[in-house]
Amino acid sequence: MSDLFFRTKGLTVGYNGKPLIHDIDIGVAEGEILTLIGPNGSGKSTILKSITRQLKILGGTVYIGEHDLHTMNLKELAKQMSVVLTERMKPELMSCRDIVATGRHPYTGNLGLLSPEDEAIVNESMESVHVLDLQNRDFNAISDGQRQRVLLARALCQQPRVLILDEPTSFLDIRHKLELLTLLRKLTKERKLAVIMSLHEIDLAQKVSDKVICVKGDVIARYGTPATVFHEDTIRELYEIDNGTYDPVFGSIELGKPEGKPEILVLSGGNNGVSVYRHLQKKNIPFAAAVLTTNDMDYAVARHIATEVVSTPPYEAFSEQAIERALELVHSCRIVLDAGVVIGTANQGVAKIIEEADRLGKLKKGRTHELL
Amino acid sequence: MSKDLKTDAYDVLKRRLRYETVFVLLIIAFCVITVLNINIGSVPISVKEIAEIIFRRQGDPTQMKIVWSIRLPRIIMAAVLGGGLSLSGFLLQTFFSNPIAGPFVLGISSGAKLTVALTMIYALSYAGSVSSIVLVLAAFVGSMISTGFILIVSTKLKNMSALLVAGIMIGYICSAITDFVVTFAEESDIVNLHNWSLGSFSGMSWDNVKASVILVGVSFVLVFLLSKPMSAYQLGENYARSMGVNIKLFRTCLILLSSVLSATVTAFAGPISFVGIAVPHLIKRALNTSKPIVVIPACFLGGAVFCMFCDLIARTAFAPSELNISTVTSIFGAPVVIAMMIRRQKEKQ
Repeated sequence: MSDLFFRTKGLTVGYNGKPLIHDIDIGVAEGEILTLIGPNGSGKSTILKSITRQLKILGGTVYIGEHDLHTMNLKELAKQMSVVLTERMKPELMSCRDIVATGRHPYTGNLGLLSPEDEAIVNESMESVHVLDLQNRDFNAISDGQRQRVLLARALCQQPRVLILDEPTSFLDIRHKLELLTLLRKLTKERKLAVIMSLHEIDLAQKVSDKVICVKGDVIARYGTPATVFHEDTIRELYEIDNGTYDPVFGSIELGKPEGKPEILVLSGGNNGVSVYRHLQKKNIPFAAAVLTTNDMDYAVARHIATEVVSTPPYEAFSEQAIERALELVHSCRIVLDAGVVIGTANQGVAKIIEEADRLGKLKKGRTHELL
Repeated sequence: MSKDLKTDAYDVLKRRLRYETVFVLLIIAFCVITVLNINIGSVPISVKEIAEIIFRRQGDPTQMKIVWSIRLPRIIMAAVLGGGLSLSGFLLQTFFSNPIAGPFVLGISSGAKLTVALTMIYALSYAGSVSSIVLVLAAFVGSMISTGFILIVSTKLKNMSALLVAGIMIGYICSAITDFVVTFAEESDIVNLHNWSLGSFSGMSWDNVKASVILVGVSFVLVFLLSKPMSAYQLGENYARSMGVNIKLFRTCLILLSSVLSATVTAFAGPISFVGIAVPHLIKRALNTSKPIVVIPACFLGGAVFCMFCDLIARTAFAPSELNISTVTSIFGAPVVIAMMIRRQKEKQ
């Protein structure tokens, strides 16, 4: 327990005295990122607001080191914890440097004047997130990605041990999302920060986090390392996905399968099929994929978006059942598409399938989409 | 890297130079307008005579009297109350995070005006006279009532323009009642009361000066001491809290101080429009920053200069008859506010 620098014990959070989520027992060690995921309105922000004292907690305790966070002096707390919030601020006539420099507040005197050391820390914070060149720009005149980094610099400037970020990637495009999270990852390790944040992007959450919390309903649905939390079913349940799938290996999301019986049989292997699958999915044509070994890249995609996948174990000759099932499909499908199968010693059976398709006049070759 | 540092130092220098220039210009303007204000009037007094009268207390007895008991207190009041008013506007703008907030548009001045009018009429008919302190207290009560009302409305209406409309309505209601009361008050002082209710720096006594210098002076110091939490609050309430600001206490201080300031102004000079919005805006633009620690003193100076200037026009433009101070401040202040709103709209797009 003691290695968790920041932790909650039996925490209950909610609005206006009404409990929303109870029995929250979570924690994060220094140098670790803890990410809250869950659908909109599930209470991610409520938890973050409660552990930053924006909201009154309704029960339980939050510990920061050995201290009870809610009895700490606000100024002492400010030296331990800083935040990057979702609310979009529009400060008047403030340069980026002015914004970052406010992070020195808990350390400066009564008039808030910055000492040379403070200025150096401001410099160093801006440099660490690569925004030093923006320092004299008006905060309202920079891009969303830059703004988020300036706010991160402000939070770092407060020299916290715990850093809390509420959906820091919300307004960013993919490049800036990656940039911000990569930076965060690096800073967390370098500065031994205990980071807690909420994210919308489960794919990124899986890759950036040391620990993940699924927030849904009135308790924490799941809490653990990404490897234990990110299962296909867990994610599907958490977000109530019924028209698509989540792949825990790649952390990718696939749209739902086209409905109906397979009309086209795609023969492929070794990553030849993926682009054809996606094309068929977009045209909303149900299809079957054959014959794929279960370690094939095609298989990993096909199992999410093909109506039927004929598969066979890897490193062995293709199984008899698989070939037979594929032959059945040749008969039931309108078209058989050879997306570039290479016949080798293990998949002699596939040659038979191609022959049969050719005999029935259903065979087409190639991956060009005009064929379809 | 070294190039970066050079431009850095250059920028810091440029900024500082800008602040210094603004302050120097304000001080020069202050001095010039002070001299002009003593100099110009129904009896012109030359600069040389002014120096004699003020520093050596020598000169023509009529001129001595004009300077010492009419012009000087009036100038000091215009300066002190103008500064206080502009500061009060800046506080309200910080509080509501809206640059169009001010004691006049939010109905706070009018609330103070109503209670002061009631107190004056009551006191004049029963006691025959009324002291500065009582007037300020009455004004404070009035402005707190209006402010309280605005605060309640602001919890219901998150929309700032709706809040401003509510403030303007409060202003109208209070003004209507004041006019009503003033119309039916049968006092010999009615002319005075009428003048005051429209806003004027005329007829100031040294007693008034003393009271307002103390009140505005103390408030100014306290406001200045709030400049640190204020700069945190400019990022929003939640960020300020995360930096260790006690939000409740801070907000209470802001409201109390801005009420004391606008109450003092209203008690002595009546409601004065637009100073609270236009001056802070011009000052922030001139300094190109909203850092409270520089804006607060500059706002005060700016408000003083602006009101002295407007008062000079009010009493000389159509001499011997005097204009209301609000007439003049509106002519200069309202266009500034309109320009500011247009500019903000443009920046949004």
